[in-house]
Amino acid sequence: MNWYFRSLGARRIVEFVLLVVFVIFFLGPLLNLLILAVSGKWQYPAALPQSWSLEWWQFVLSQDDVLESISLSFLIATVVTVCSIIVCIPAAYAFARIAFPLSRWFLFSFLLTHAFPKMGLYVSIAVLFYKFGLMNTFLGIVLIHMVNTLMFMTWIPSSAFRSVHRAQEESARDAGAGPLRVFWKITLPMAFPGIMVASIFTFLSSLDEAQGTLLVGIPDFKTMPIIMYSIIADYPNTTGAVFSVILTLPTVILLVAARRFVSADVLAGGFQVK
Amino acid sequence: MVQAQRKMQTQVGTAEQGDTEAQLSIRNLSKIFKTGDGVTDISLDVQPGEMVTLLGPSGCGKTTVLRSIGGFLEPDSGDILIRGRSVLNLPPEKRPTAMVFQSYNLWPHMTVQDNLAFGLKIRKRKKVEIERSVTEALELVQLSGAARKYPGELSGGQQQRVALARALLLQPDVLLLDEPFSALDAKLRMEMREELREIQTKTGMTMVFVTHDQEEALSISDRIVVMHAGKIEQLSTPQDIYDRPGSLFVASFIGRINLMRSISDGQHIAVGSKVVQQDGSTSIPAGACTLAVRPEDLYLTGEPDSLEGTIRQVMVLGHYAEVSIHCEQEHLKMFVPREQAAELHSGQAVKVGFHKFTAFSEVSS
Repeated sequence: MNWYFRSLGARRIVEFVLLVVFVIFFLGPLLNLLILAVSGKWQYPAALPQSWSLEWWQFVLSQDDVLESISLSFLIATVVTVCSIIVCIPAAYAFARIAFPLSRWFLFSFLLTHAFPKMGLYVSIAVLFYKFGLMNTFLGIVLIHMVNTLMFMTWIPSSAFRSVHRAQEESARDAGAGPLRVFWKITLPMAFPGIMVASIFTFLSSLDEAQGTLLVGIPDFKTMPIIMYSIIADYPNTTGAVFSVILTLPTVILLVAARRFVSADVLAGGFQVK
Repeated sequence: MVQAQRKMQTQVGTAEQGDTEAQLSIRNLSKIFKTGDGVTDISLDVQPGEMVTLLGPSGCGKTTVLRSIGGFLEPDSGDILIRGRSVLNLPPEKRPTAMVFQSYNLWPHMTVQDNLAFGLKIRKRKKVEIERSVTEALELVQLSGAARKYPGELSGGQQQRVALARALLLQPDVLLLDEPFSALDAKLRMEMREELREIQTKTGMTMVFVTHDQEEALSISDRIVVMHAGKIEQLSTPQDIYDRPGSLFVASFIGRINLMRSISDGQHIAVGSKVVQQDGSTSIPAGACTLAVRPEDLYLTGEPDSLEGTIRQVMVLGHYAEVSIHCEQEHLKMFVPREQAAELHSGQAVKVGFHKFTAFSEVSS
């Protein structure tokens, strides 16, 4: 056995140990969560639950407001994504293709909403929302979610548009296509992966948003994360675990479905200020 | 120089008389960019079925001319006519031109078939007809069977063939080629050249070709337009441009050439103390001038009054050898057959003569 480790070299062994620590650090809590979600009784110091059960799933799924919150969350996330696409894609195209003064500063300013403490920002937005009667409305929630998604939805597609060579559009013009057709048939499909990634991020971040929703949406709009706060506070750990799994599921499904598009390149490209 | 200008004027002159037949006619085209680069006063006529090459170093404005024809640049002044009709106010999609770009510019999200059919669908051709034309076009560029592939699955040469086919399918009145082969390796470039020439003969298409590669220009063109600093230096057949360069720039840009300082008295030209042109026929004004001689126009001689030199190096390059000669403070290159090279060695004193040469006055320029 010794000869084996010696042949590997210290460097390799350190790397391996680091990798294991890393995996445990990331996947450990997730595994714990999954086990907790299907356990009946699990008391310290046992490594595995004493009994397995799905009773908390039954409990969570039988609560009306839980089911309602799930459908509300998905509805909001869908509307937010669609609205963000409508607002941001043209903006992204403009940033990528049209040279206007201070364009870089405008693009940079999208980062500002992420620079302040969220709650402070939301409170000042809430003051405005009161004036316009947007508190406790669906529109108000959609708007507050969009504050967060503007940056992804503009930066990533903008870089995607920029990576479509002008000459590729030119050759389509040359082949007889007008500007509008060039955009639909050439530019947009070629930028599609970037737009897809940004949309998924938008959808997920909307699904996960709690602070703004809590402030603007109370008392009538209870989304999944909001319900989760109260469930974690009022019921045993297991409910929280079950709920987390429910919250994580769409993320995992979406990312797996779109893994063809999600790559480090697309993301890195999106966050370069050119 | 004088001679070249006269030649250019006659070219322009005939163009103006014969506009009805010219497929493409560029008139006094000017376009100056903010940087100060650009082209001024370009006039050119291209006859139907002709392949004209715009040749020049990078930044000479050849691409500017091509892009103006294609509609991607708006000229400051001048006019562009295709089959007698001005196209200046038409956007690229309405012009009867098609362009093959240096970077292929295929659309990676479409199959080769869809890439080729794109323009035809816009023209609302029937489906069967599109299918047939695409198949024919792929055959023409020797890529049958690639229809279902995506551009990313093809090599550079194949992609450029598809791009060529795409442009051909549009059946343009003028096909524009913007350094189409410069991204390919040398061997492939040669093949593509031959293929393009063959396609041109087969289809009889009028083509304007842009390149900075003088060898490419010489090998495929009917006529070459040599451009320099935004102006036309010379417009003629490849043979003529090679044998009778119109200016010192053309002489040094095209092919290999020896340049020698010399002196003219208005009738005779002398290099150092030796008179090389004795018949008094030169049109070069008196004063300093530059003598341009191609390496293949030099020969070794025994005549008493010829230039004397010393061989510095003999390099055998396959079927011929390149001999460097030090002569009148200049280094001359000379091509000799391999058999003759065997008798030469460095340090040997030789006498050289010129089969032909061109002289350029330094006074007028």
